[in-house]
Amino acid sequence: MSVSLIGRPMTRVDGRAKVTGAARYAADFNQPGQLYAVIVSATVGLGRVTDVAAAEVERAPGVVAVLTHRNAQKLPYLPHKAGIDPAVGERLHVLQDDNVRFYGQPVALVVADTLDHAERAAAALRITYESRQPLVDPTDQRAEKIVPEAANRTRALADRSRGDADTAVARAAVRVDETYDMARENHNPMEPHATVAAWNGDRLTLWSKSQYLVNEQAEIAAIFGLPAENVEVICPFIGGAFGTSLRTWPHVTLAALAARHVGRPVKLVLTRKQMFFTTGHRPRTRQRVALGATPEGRLTGIIHEGMGETSRYEQFMEALTNVTDYLYSCPNVRTQYRLTQLDTGTPNHMRGPGEASGIFALESAMDELSYKLGIDPIELRRRNEPQMDEAENKPFSSRSLMQCYELGSERFGWARRTPEPRSMRDGRLLIGMGAATATYPAFHAPASARVRLLADGIAEVEAAASDMGPGTYTSMTQVAAEFLGLPPEQVRFRLGRSDYPQTPSHGGSWTMASVGSAIRAACVEAQAQAARRAVADANLPVFGASVNDLEWSEGRLRRRGEAATGLSYQDIVARTGVPVEAERSAERASEVAERYSMHSFGAVFAEVAIDPDVGTIRVRRIVGAYGIGRVVNPLLARSQCTGGMIGGIGMALMERTVLDPRDGRPVNAHMADYLMPVNLDIPKLEAFFVDEVDPHVNPLGVKGLGEIALVGTAPAIANAVFHATGRRVRALPIHIEDVLTA
Amino acid sequence: MTENPSESHPPGPIMSRRETLQATAGAVALAALPPLSATATSAPALDTNTVTLTMTVNGRAQTLSVDPRQSILDVLRETLNLTGTKKGCNQGACGACTVLVDGRRIVSCLTLASMHDGAQIETIEGLEKDGVLHPLQEAFVEHEGLQCGFCTPGQIMSGLGCIAEGHAGSPEEIQFWMSGNICRCGAYPGIVAAVADAAGRT
Repeated sequence: MSVSLIGRPMTRVDGRAKVTGAARYAADFNQPGQLYAVIVSATVGLGRVTDVAAAEVERAPGVVAVLTHRNAQKLPYLPHKAGIDPAVGERLHVLQDDNVRFYGQPVALVVADTLDHAERAAAALRITYESRQPLVDPTDQRAEKIVPEAANRTRALADRSRGDADTAVARAAVRVDETYDMARENHNPMEPHATVAAWNGDRLTLWSKSQYLVNEQAEIAAIFGLPAENVEVICPFIGGAFGTSLRTWPHVTLAALAARHVGRPVKLVLTRKQMFFTTGHRPRTRQRVALGATPEGRLTGIIHEGMGETSRYEQFMEALTNVTDYLYSCPNVRTQYRLTQLDTGTPNHMRGPGEASGIFALESAMDELSYKLGIDPIELRRRNEPQMDEAENKPFSSRSLMQCYELGSERFGWARRTPEPRSMRDGRLLIGMGAATATYPAFHAPASARVRLLADGIAEVEAAASDMGPGTYTSMTQVAAEFLGLPPEQVRFRLGRSDYPQTPSHGGSWTMASVGSAIRAACVEAQAQAARRAVADANLPVFGASVNDLEWSEGRLRRRGEAATGLSYQDIVARTGVPVEAERSAERASEVAERYSMHSFGAVFAEVAIDPDVGTIRVRRIVGAYGIGRVVNPLLARSQCTGGMIGGIGMALMERTVLDPRDGRPVNAHMADYLMPVNLDIPKLEAFFVDEVDPHVNPLGVKGLGEIALVGTAPAIANAVFHATGRRVRALPIHIEDVLTA
Repeated sequence: MTENPSESHPPGPIMSRRETLQATAGAVALAALPPLSATATSAPALDTNTVTLTMTVNGRAQTLSVDPRQSILDVLRETLNLTGTKKGCNQGACGACTVLVDGRRIVSCLTLASMHDGAQIETIEGLEKDGVLHPLQEAFVEHEGLQCGFCTPGQIMSGLGCIAEGHAGSPEEIQFWMSGNICRCGAYPGIVAAVADAAGRT
């Protein structure tokens, strides 16, 4: 294997399964004797259930059970929290009492022999409520801002300050001080949440959509008071998630509860509308960013105050303001993060959680500052490029932001841009060009993996990881093939079972860093074991050698420096037929985390064309340049980036979930009303990667890609809209009416 | 049919789908079910009867006894266990459930099986012949026309329709005629490239 497999643009190893319909997602795991459960969701926004006319539908054709708080089993709900759960508050308990905390909360469950019977009965179930008006608008005068209780537990989410930002901004020669709003968004993956639950005695199997199988196992075990090993979660494919399947939501509990109640396997799939109720959302945010600068464009003060919505029962926090104190050089920086508790379900992480919203505000403000200063926006960033992370007083493990701007500018043709707003036209269309910085932390969490070298020459690799679309199956196959020195066809990578070696959640752009590093460690250990077995085998030519005198290369074991053919894994394993098996964990050394500030950086460029008469906004092209360390598979990486840009187009111009203030009902809970980019909305998209070698971040040198691919696109578009029209829109999504009067 | 109406409407008299059909004389109106219509007669019409029909699915004739309210999608997925076709929204808005019915691409979630007695249905499971992928399937893998893969069966069936209709003449035309199929991962550039490639090959 002379050419490295890491870095090769391999097509997906699971491509065939996905184009033939063979790839099975949670709802595809029909079980023999399976019944169907349909959730009945509350139609009031706050109050309690006073009556359920269950008897009427219990007699209906095919109905097996109607579960409500009156007859559902009381569940132990033992304490359990994972890193992806809010640190403060308690998860929603379903069908345990008559309280309705938000619109759409599950209040009953109908189980029937067919899906149609269950849907029909659920529709006919009459529920009476006592209701009050919920508070669902975070900008309402009655909505109280609170200091998150967990704020000072982690660096990322605390109020932070260096110098005296308020004085610096107040005294600055040039100032920007504005408020930026972002709408609530729903993840809306194509695959609805689904769980098929089957009990065998006190053992439970869940075929369930999850980005975090080992936590779903632990969470359901805690809810039902079972040992974790009694619960098995299986999820080989995820139909997109973007964060919505990080937590284990109430429907999983309901499926298991129903299956136990009826003594048969139960399949429960959320409707698209229900995907807007209980499975999280990107919280609506309001942010103030104030910048102070010298006339030469040196930042003297940055203030970033952010507010995000959360539920009454949990304090969901995200990294809304935490890129602000390391992104640019500035002696005086103050950030603050507050929550507003509302009568809604708890929000959760959505691609680029916090960073994407926060950077919209910061990068819009930087763009505003550039116009006030009369300095090119990219030049402004260059003048404030830090030499180190000034918040942490640490060097960056690597930082290629300026190289990203250079590469991106060149590919985009930034030099053709005339700085004056409304100065560029294509016929009657107003043309605008905007740029913005993207950044995301290079996280790494402890993970483990297992490698099994089989007698037939195949290497099986297992980890309880997930693949929601980035191509984990393919990229991990490449990593294992690389470190074992095998062709990828001889590697079988499996994921999606909670009984495989533990991995962190499939989110936060840390899957390759964490699971990839664990696979590398397991491969190295498997080689060591195979070598030890070989030198102990009298029938093999390396018998009696010291393993230190041997080396593996291209999947063959030789004495160092010898040109002999060497031994393959198969040669060694086939001697006894007993597979070599190695399981290893990997994590980032604490001294590395202490010493370096580790982040990905990128520069995103957008061009928009706006019809001055009707205000329609079209993105004409986007160019992104990213410094993300080593790129494992450029083909998949580019797909991630262009997919993220498309998400960014949605964020900038389309996506928002609108709640009816009277009852908290999402009024556009429909895939035709919650606007998302469709094929015709997509312009030319280009992603480039700067050559970046980061020897510190992890053994693979990878910094993660899934999140940064989205971060930065929306402000680049918003900045382009200003350049085109002279109208600064500080609320996303940008609408036609925002630019019509421009 | 599209969703659990109790999510958005107060309880009240509910029409059966058959009654709705009679009242509105069109399947399109089903998307808006349940109308709290005065034409509804009595208490919740929970009784059902079944309809026997014949469908040819991927070349195999099937005699089926279906609930008259069952969509082709639910018949495929839940009755025939052909789970390759996906339910993304059940609202006719995302295209994940696209199949070919008598050669035309349709959203199977909004199409009642009982209205298609005798129909020829083609799904994603029927494209591979003797272990050989259809050129469009191959092109989807080659051009990264997918990420998570959930919308992919619908995209491919829709792509077949798009090509057969003669709507794959240019990337712009493909974008227009493939816009009924949402891909939340954003694999659109690869989808267009795959359809264009396959259209050129066939």
